[in-house]
Amino acid sequence: MDFHLSDEQAMLKESLSGWLERNYGFDQWRKLTRRRPPQSAENWDSFAAMGWLRLSLPEEAGGMGLGALEETNIGEAFGSRLVVEPYLSAIVLSAGLVARAGTPAQRSAMLPAIGDGQLRIAFAFAEAESRFELSRIQTRAMRTEAGYALSGRKILVLDAPGADRIMVLARTAGEISAEAGLGLFIVDPASQGASMHPYTTVDDRQAADIIFDRVIAEEALGDPEAAYPAVAAATDRALVYLCAEGVGAMGALCEQTLAYVKIRKQFGQPIGDFQVIQHRIVDMRVQLECARALTLYAASVSDGEPVERARAASAAKAQVGRSARFVGRAAVQLHGGIGMTDELAVGHYFKRLLMVETMLGDIDFHQKRFASLPSELA
Amino acid sequence: MDLSLSAEDRAFREEVRAFFRKHLPADIAEKARRSFHLHPEDMLRWQRILHAKGWAAPAWPKQYGGPGWTALQRYIFDEELCMADAPLPLMAGQGVNMVGPVIYTFGSEEQKAQYLPRILSGEDYWCQGFSEPGSGSDLASLKTRAVADGNDYVINGQKIWTSLAHNSNMIYCLVRTDPTVKPQQGISMLVFPMDTPGITVRPIISIDRGHSLNETFFEDVRVPRSSLIGEEGRGWTYAKFLLGHERFTIAEIARSKRRLQRLRQIARATAVGDATLADDPSFRDKAAAIEIDLLALERMGLRIAWEMDQGIDNMLSASILKLRGSQIIQAVTELSVEAMGYAGLAYESLPDGLSHSPSAPDIAQGKMEEFLFLRAATIYGGSTETQQNILAKMIYAGA
Repeated sequence: MDFHLSDEQAMLKESLSGWLERNYGFDQWRKLTRRRPPQSAENWDSFAAMGWLRLSLPEEAGGMGLGALEETNIGEAFGSRLVVEPYLSAIVLSAGLVARAGTPAQRSAMLPAIGDGQLRIAFAFAEAESRFELSRIQTRAMRTEAGYALSGRKILVLDAPGADRIMVLARTAGEISAEAGLGLFIVDPASQGASMHPYTTVDDRQAADIIFDRVIAEEALGDPEAAYPAVAAATDRALVYLCAEGVGAMGALCEQTLAYVKIRKQFGQPIGDFQVIQHRIVDMRVQLECARALTLYAASVSDGEPVERARAASAAKAQVGRSARFVGRAAVQLHGGIGMTDELAVGHYFKRLLMVETMLGDIDFHQKRFASLPSELA
Repeated sequence: MDLSLSAEDRAFREEVRAFFRKHLPADIAEKARRSFHLHPEDMLRWQRILHAKGWAAPAWPKQYGGPGWTALQRYIFDEELCMADAPLPLMAGQGVNMVGPVIYTFGSEEQKAQYLPRILSGEDYWCQGFSEPGSGSDLASLKTRAVADGNDYVINGQKIWTSLAHNSNMIYCLVRTDPTVKPQQGISMLVFPMDTPGITVRPIISIDRGHSLNETFFEDVRVPRSSLIGEEGRGWTYAKFLLGHERFTIAEIARSKRRLQRLRQIARATAVGDATLADDPSFRDKAAAIEIDLLALERMGLRIAWEMDQGIDNMLSASILKLRGSQIIQAVTELSVEAMGYAGLAYESLPDGLSHSPSAPDIAQGKMEEFLFLRAATIYGGSTETQQNILAKMIYAGA
């Protein structure tokens, strides 16, 4: 057992914090989120130049072949600065799916372009009636002479506005909740029959609902009837990344709140001198440390055996969700009125944590999933 | 970074497990399953078995008769103890985990030679004289006086919550030797036999109706000056050292894992109509929530063990571990009692001091007693609120 950071991790952490320090202050974030879409192509190019986009891509596709532990370093750093660029959707999810489900030809065609920042794919999986269940998919993919024709409706496709391609999870066979019979399809968002309804998310990012009406896909990624294991693996990895974002955001909130209670005076003294405030600060930190411990654990087993991987990912996500609620609410509460203004960063971290808590399954969902998997304490 | 156990650590686990399977007497495991309040003879019997193997004091260095294990090995040992339902060394009086490390770290050569072997063999059974009626969380305000008189100290005062004082032949005690300086600087630590004239022990019956707690009175108790550990006025430092040692063990990570396992067995043995409580979605959710909390605690514990082996002293994590550990102990014991329903309410005390729940399944025996007694988990060893104060100080200072 060894908790030391590897040399790669130490260098990565340093380059992340240096770049973010220079380019991602709260004022810069504010300017960025006023753009439509609220992202910066220059930042994405910088991420590519720093090597962050190809970090976890396989080496034969020009990637660095690093794992979930390094991805959590990125997630934590990005969460701590509310980074809005589409790392989760384009890299962790879409590139992760190409790497896991794609044929060798597809991997070598797409991954280098993704790693260079030239190709951005958004992942369309959620449907209005699926809630958080990844296999409950009604969107159909019918084989036609022109290729697979997709029909259905996807919601909350994160970073779809501005994406070069959409990757659609659709059913080629089987009952609505069956894991078998699911495929991944690459679609040009400008295709005939695709209509996108973009909107802003609660945390000032961009997403869209997309209606597919017999849209002809460019290609199926790998086996069009057996994509589920890759989807499960990629989303488990994405859960770990989201958890790391949550840990980063919670860490920032703990710091900002502690700094504030030390300077905010009421009744002639800093409110941080009151024991009730001190204990709340402690409880926030305890929640952060619980979230950090399980995130690290989930990262460490995310390339391992699928049941342990899934259990750890769900445990971490449930814990991070609970911690995020506590830390987010306490941060706003301890800031008082100013904490709920748009002007201060605190409220924006609060909203980012809400995204983290809900994306890819909320506390209840992951607690139930955790409970459904075999336990050594049965 | 590699967060999995090494092949050596896994082999160590197998060795420990095999030893317990072979040498832990079934009747002792059964009693430990059923009750907190073990008889001293049973504890002694188990202590002798561990001692013969050289495992009586897992945390001690080799030179004092310990196995010289790493913190991670101790962690694994503790987990296997719990999974085998073996009594913890902590329950063998307070010699092994508490006063032993103080003696070999701060004691004189004579004290080491005199006391350490007898702790290992179980000949000496120690209790702790820290808390007083007026000094609980504010321990430094303690008033029990020790006045130097020739070659002796004369002790007058009262201690409370002296666990197992009635079974102990030795006590380590915080006393005030200098009332004129700052409270923390006037405290010294003395060790002496419980049969010294002037000591009176009175039982305190806890809400589980069991007897492990006591009041201990000192009236002109005369002990030689060689009873002093280290230097006069440094008792507070030694006590903090000791409580820091304790914080790791009293989080009871492995014991809570075992309790959660038991809880699910109780649920399977509890009929609800045609099904069992284990099939109830609400119960499953509550148990899963605890298991997730426990998994987080376990990962923190492993990290602290690793840090200890690296020579990193992480007081922040140790306090968090105690704070969360005690909350999880209570969560799992509460849910165990909840699972018993009506069967939990029938609760008798047997003549031998054990509790009995006449209408509960065998697997649930001892659970009400445990629930009641472990209200103490968030009180002893630095209460939750005291841990919060300690943590606030560290966090405000930048930890």
